[in-house]
Amino acid sequence: MSYPTRWEIFWRTVMGRAYPRVVGMQRERSWLFFDTLLPLLQVSAFVFIYRAIQAPPEFTGFVVLGGAMTAYWLNVLWSMATQFYWEKETGNLELYIIAPTSLMAILLGMAIGGIVGTTVRAAAVIALGLLIFHVSVSIVSVPQLLGVFLLTLVALYGLGMLFSSLFLQYGRQASHLSNLLQEPIFLVSGFYFPVRALGFAAALGASVIPVTLGLDAMRQLLFPTMMAQFRFLDVRIELGVLAVLSIGFLWAAKRALSHMEDLARREGRLTIRGQ
Amino acid sequence: MTRQRAVESIRSLKTAAWLGWQIESNWASPFLFAVYSIAKPIAGALILVLMYMVIAPGGVQNPLFPQIFVGNAFYIYVAMVLMGVSQAVVEDREHYGMLKYIYVAPLNIHAYLVGRGAAQAAMATVAVSIMLLFGIAVLGIPMPPASIDWGMLFAAWVLGLAGLAFGGIFLGGISLITARHSFYVGEAVAGALYLLCGAVFPIDVLPKPLQLVGEALPLTYWLEALRRALLGHGAGELLSSLTDRVLLLILVGSMALLAVLSIGFYRWAENLAREKGLIDMQTMY
Repeated sequence: MSYPTRWEIFWRTVMGRAYPRVVGMQRERSWLFFDTLLPLLQVSAFVFIYRAIQAPPEFTGFVVLGGAMTAYWLNVLWSMATQFYWEKETGNLELYIIAPTSLMAILLGMAIGGIVGTTVRAAAVIALGLLIFHVSVSIVSVPQLLGVFLLTLVALYGLGMLFSSLFLQYGRQASHLSNLLQEPIFLVSGFYFPVRALGFAAALGASVIPVTLGLDAMRQLLFPTMMAQFRFLDVRIELGVLAVLSIGFLWAAKRALSHMEDLARREGRLTIRGQ
Repeated sequence: MTRQRAVESIRSLKTAAWLGWQIESNWASPFLFAVYSIAKPIAGALILVLMYMVIAPGGVQNPLFPQIFVGNAFYIYVAMVLMGVSQAVVEDREHYGMLKYIYVAPLNIHAYLVGRGAAQAAMATVAVSIMLLFGIAVLGIPMPPASIDWGMLFAAWVLGLAGLAFGGIFLGGISLITARHSFYVGEAVAGALYLLCGAVFPIDVLPKPLQLVGEALPLTYWLEALRRALLGHGAGELLSSLTDRVLLLILVGSMALLAVLSIGFYRWAENLAREKGLIDMQTMY
């Protein structure tokens, strides 16, 4: 009898955990409708604010892009950061911990599944936003745009994996923390306006949230003329920082998971429900 | 008999309000809860401030800004009360598994739901007050107490909250007969109303068909009345021809209509839920 190698188990776990995320989202079609409609309503409101104050048309594009990225941030908060807490409440966490696999693989599977599902929603928001509000873009560099987008997602979901371990230890506060990290992050990361408006120091501080740099870089690559006066950092610098954040968050997530596993074994309280 | 019902309704409302407050606040220390309650609305307001600072002529001194700021501040009630009332049905049914016990208890279900929304309304009142004070003290929005029409402000505020409570009962009825989608109902309605009632821009800038929808919504008149009471003038041209008295009459009429519609709809939904055995269904947790 042959046993699978560690890597085979790792990848099977990743695929196994990603599968319900992708398939589950398609089985409840009404969620797809609401997940597209809600950001689109928010985007539309902000577009009309800009129209009311006669902003240049590029600002509509800023808002549509920001609105699409909210889908990823909300997915990170509600389907990554709070996920282990929900798994604990439903009794799955103890099964994860005793399973002969890596918790990192489980988190990675959640992230990959989440990215696939959320990309469908984000793409729908962008497509509808561009169509409804007639936004025109002039792409500076497709490889750079793809690079920024992918690195933003890696760093963002790395942060989500880190949050997942941290939030678990906050118990019932997890969902409130996620709630708290919505509007304030929409503000400091510049989801609906160029982050440079916050001032250089504040924007620098907000750069620890990967969407801040990702949005700024993507706006520079899609709306170069308007962003010339609003850019925060050069795109190449932002790419470099995003790469560092990606590695840093994944490393920190691994450390936090090890700590959480250790706690689970020593204190046993991570499997207690209703905390 | 009528007196007994009134006593029962008041008791249901008070108990539900206390329960709602406990559910909302007992997860954290009072300090953390205060930070949580303040940070979200202030951040929401600051997004608007930044948008104005970046692009509007004069930044926050732009004449449109105070109207938008006030509309955005009071909209906190809409999201919190509508969702508070409607999600009470989902939470009690599916998260806590208590809805069936509430139905067998001697209480008034409408008063109970309004009570659950009252806890949210109390939190919203704190958030709205903080936002308005922030607007006056930090952003220099002109709202001198002597020039505020306190009578109109109070009348509009009470009518608006009553209308929102009835709106919440209507959505509660929808939640009662829907499965896992019901979590989104309050959020979707609040999102749509945010766009259509001119909370953050005058409805004049909406395309004509959406303008008409906006003009049919009581919330549009509620926000207009609040702006006039606090700032002395409303937002945009479309509603400028209405006098204050007409605005308040529209609010009274629409509130009465909403009360009849929502109570009637909730009763219908309740009967359907009983017939189909939906009162204790589990579809989410």
